[in-house]
Amino acid sequence: MSTLHFVALAPFIMAIIIPFCYFKFRNIHTGWFVLPLPLILFIYLLTFIPFDGQLFQPVEHAVPWVPSLDIYFTVYLDGLSLLFALLITGIGALVVLYSIYYIANKNNEPLHNFYVYLLMFMGAMLGVVLSDNLIVLYVFWELTSLASSLLIAYWFHKEKSRYGAQKSMLITVSGGFAMLAGFSLLYVLAGSFSIREIVSAADSIAGEPLFLAAMILILLGAFTKSAQFPFHIWLPDAMEAPTPVSAYLHSATMVKAGIYLVARMTPVFGTSAEWFWILIIFGLTTLTWGSISAIRQTDLKGILAFSTVSQLGLIMSLLGMSSAALHYDIVNTETLYTTAAMAAVLHLINHATFKGSLFMAVGIIDHETGTRDIRKLGGLMAIMPVTFTISLIGLASMAGLPPFNGFLSKELFFTASLNVASLDIFNLETLGFFIPVVAWIASVFTFVYSMLIFTKTFTGEFKPDNYSKHVHEAPAGLLISPIILGVLVIVFGFFPNMLAYTIIEPTMQSILPGLTSGDDQFYINIYHWHGLNAEIMMTIAVIFIGAAIALNLKKWQTSFFFARERDPLNYVYDGALDQLVIRSQQITRAQMTGRLSDYMLYMVIFISSLGLWTFFRYDALAIDLSGDQSIPAYMMVLTFVLLAATLALPFITHRVTNIALLGVVGFLIAALFVVFRAPDLALTQLLVETVMVVLFLLAYKHLPEIKKESKNKGSHLIKGVVAASVGVFVIITSLSVHALRNDSDITPISDFFIENSKSLAGGYNMVNVILVDFRGLDTLLEVLVLAIAALGVVTLIKHKMHGGEDV
Amino acid sequence: MKTNFLMLHTITRIVSFIVLSFSVYLFFAGHNAPGGGFIGGLMLATALILLYVSFDLDSIKKVLPFDYTVIIGIGLLLAILTGLNSLLFGDAFLTQYFDYFQWPFFGEVELTTALPFDLGILMVVVGVALLIILSIAEDVS
Repeated sequence: MSTLHFVALAPFIMAIIIPFCYFKFRNIHTGWFVLPLPLILFIYLLTFIPFDGQLFQPVEHAVPWVPSLDIYFTVYLDGLSLLFALLITGIGALVVLYSIYYIANKNNEPLHNFYVYLLMFMGAMLGVVLSDNLIVLYVFWELTSLASSLLIAYWFHKEKSRYGAQKSMLITVSGGFAMLAGFSLLYVLAGSFSIREIVSAADSIAGEPLFLAAMILILLGAFTKSAQFPFHIWLPDAMEAPTPVSAYLHSATMVKAGIYLVARMTPVFGTSAEWFWILIIFGLTTLTWGSISAIRQTDLKGILAFSTVSQLGLIMSLLGMSSAALHYDIVNTETLYTTAAMAAVLHLINHATFKGSLFMAVGIIDHETGTRDIRKLGGLMAIMPVTFTISLIGLASMAGLPPFNGFLSKELFFTASLNVASLDIFNLETLGFFIPVVAWIASVFTFVYSMLIFTKTFTGEFKPDNYSKHVHEAPAGLLISPIILGVLVIVFGFFPNMLAYTIIEPTMQSILPGLTSGDDQFYINIYHWHGLNAEIMMTIAVIFIGAAIALNLKKWQTSFFFARERDPLNYVYDGALDQLVIRSQQITRAQMTGRLSDYMLYMVIFISSLGLWTFFRYDALAIDLSGDQSIPAYMMVLTFVLLAATLALPFITHRVTNIALLGVVGFLIAALFVVFRAPDLALTQLLVETVMVVLFLLAYKHLPEIKKESKNKGSHLIKGVVAASVGVFVIITSLSVHALRNDSDITPISDFFIENSKSLAGGYNMVNVILVDFRGLDTLLEVLVLAIAALGVVTLIKHKMHGGEDV
Repeated sequence: MKTNFLMLHTITRIVSFIVLSFSVYLFFAGHNAPGGGFIGGLMLATALILLYVSFDLDSIKKVLPFDYTVIIGIGLLLAILTGLNSLLFGDAFLTQYFDYFQWPFFGEVELTTALPFDLGILMVVVGVALLIILSIAEDVS
């Protein structure tokens, strides 16, 4: 374990402590106990930044977890993970500080829940960006989904919160499952779960047939997490979360996990045309759709949510464009083609700063006025001057106006889209023209909704009647975090090159390794004034046309398009969810008939078909009766009695006889075990049989009479056939096992235990050594199952349901 | 007429102790001969069940005032903690250790961490068996 491991694990440890702090110190806001952690982590992570102009050296530490499955808890800190870790801890600290004042109602709020979820989320996010092993990454990835839906449902008494939480969970987790499948395919291709090893094997796996499938599955994970079209519908509903959560999860961290994954996987998949086109098409669609949808929202947070969707699409499409750089290894051109990667990284940072500050500002407005509805708000400019200034900076940056940082990344975005359109790969000659056009249209709408927030909230007339509260400026504590972020927006806007060598260049080394690894080949220069070129013309046009649309928006507000505030894709989701419930109820009703014999039927049919399939799949059907031996007489007798007892069972209608006969069968099987020299099994069987008989007798008076079931000849026939075929199947299996063992050179697994049980585990009884040592985990889980079953029995008996009661 | 269980009671008193001691033997013998936590636990459970069946529930409850739910919990904890123990030495979860020691009276004795693990299994098995049987037996409705 290294210090970096603790960076990822510290939030979890803290999450265990927090509830104690909450209950012990009720009069201190729990947030104050949480605040130091992200701060310390942030400062610690800052020490990795190469301030002296040196090249960034990645750090790596590995701890074995399940080495036999190639699962190691490896932390790997390179530029990309450092950037994300800094965002997570830095914005995390600000959000915690903000939340202390936002959720100030100390006595009624379950604050310990809130901070435990938040810390869990922070740790999971750090785990995602720091782990080099795909399986570990996946575990943390799903943990972020879980923690975020807990956070969204923090006010769980509101139905909309629960709905939003369920939606985000369903969409992101199912994407995660697809991603896990993609990871498994990658393992098949590259033979390793380590991302760096996969990257180094990237050339050899590029042409494989499974390559495209792995790519699409992994992209599904990334797209659902990063709210790409058409999976974006969960993000607006996630806005039911408390605003600090929205600021944290939905602007700075969780939704960017998909971006992180795509950036991380660019060296693996980036050389293929599919990667390029999928990212660009989905990215640009998301960008445009998000920005257009934002305009018809009436909730401030709703506008910001769609704005986040749209900006994520922008970054995604930039990452797609940057993969074109992998096709050019000529020295002079790469500054051109890496522009996209640079723009993506820069916009990632910028988006975290301006969107974070905007979310916090909206939270303040909500907190101080009691509403977020833009139809009610207005004229807050004079009443809340500080919030107004913060929002103005954030909105200007979002709209891409100079001199703020959003302007820089938007100009780079235009540059990148123009560059890509002029490339001569991947059929860009015919379709490339659309890329800058779509980018430009989306930017117009971005400008429109930024302006919309500004005019509707801050300008116009102030009407005190619209508010349930007395409206005033927020307290200083609430303002600190957004002010810091707002200052960063300005500072990064004026001095963008202070980010260039410290963080952007190391990050680009991770995204496009090889291209940027040389010493002097690669320059980042970001300028406000970059000449009177096409980009600046596009920006000017955006401002004029955007302003024109924004001013005339009223005319269109009655149109069909604006009447539908909710995204139409939601109908697909809701319908699918309803259908899911209906269909699964149908299946359950067919399956859970309430009769044990039916359950038994399903199970044995399934198991035998699986076994039979395996037989044919691996050609394992081998019956060899040549080496058989004569059967001694007592065995004959034993077998005969056993058969007779078993066959008699179905014909007996008396309970007691039934139970006794079952006991006989059990004891005879135990006798067979003795004959075949398996004393442990025999003992267990005897004891279990004894206990079972006692149980049966105890439960005797509760058992219903054996009813003559509706005499359906067909169902009896089916049951008989199934029972017979199961018997035949078992016999075939055992005979085949026997034959294969004698024929081939398959070494039975028992040889290993015979050889090693003394030397490795110090015991002569192989069965027991297997139970407690070689397969100790199985035993542990088995007794766990037993314990759960016992609790189930107790619940059933002691807490009986009465007619109509539900669990 | 009150039924007299004299014979059953007398035999149970003797037999249950034989079964009990045999179960303890089985438990300790488990590592090298047939036996172990599972079997020992079941044997112990049968001994106790015999007591419960022949005497009435309340008097046994006075003699053996155990809450079997707690015993299940303790057993699980014991097994998990023995497994966690190996993490302290940097090995994988549930790595078992063993060594041989010279003891004054017993001679050479093998000590293994599998023993407490097995004890945990035993407690769970005993607890589960008795919990199920007793809750069915106590059920009045």
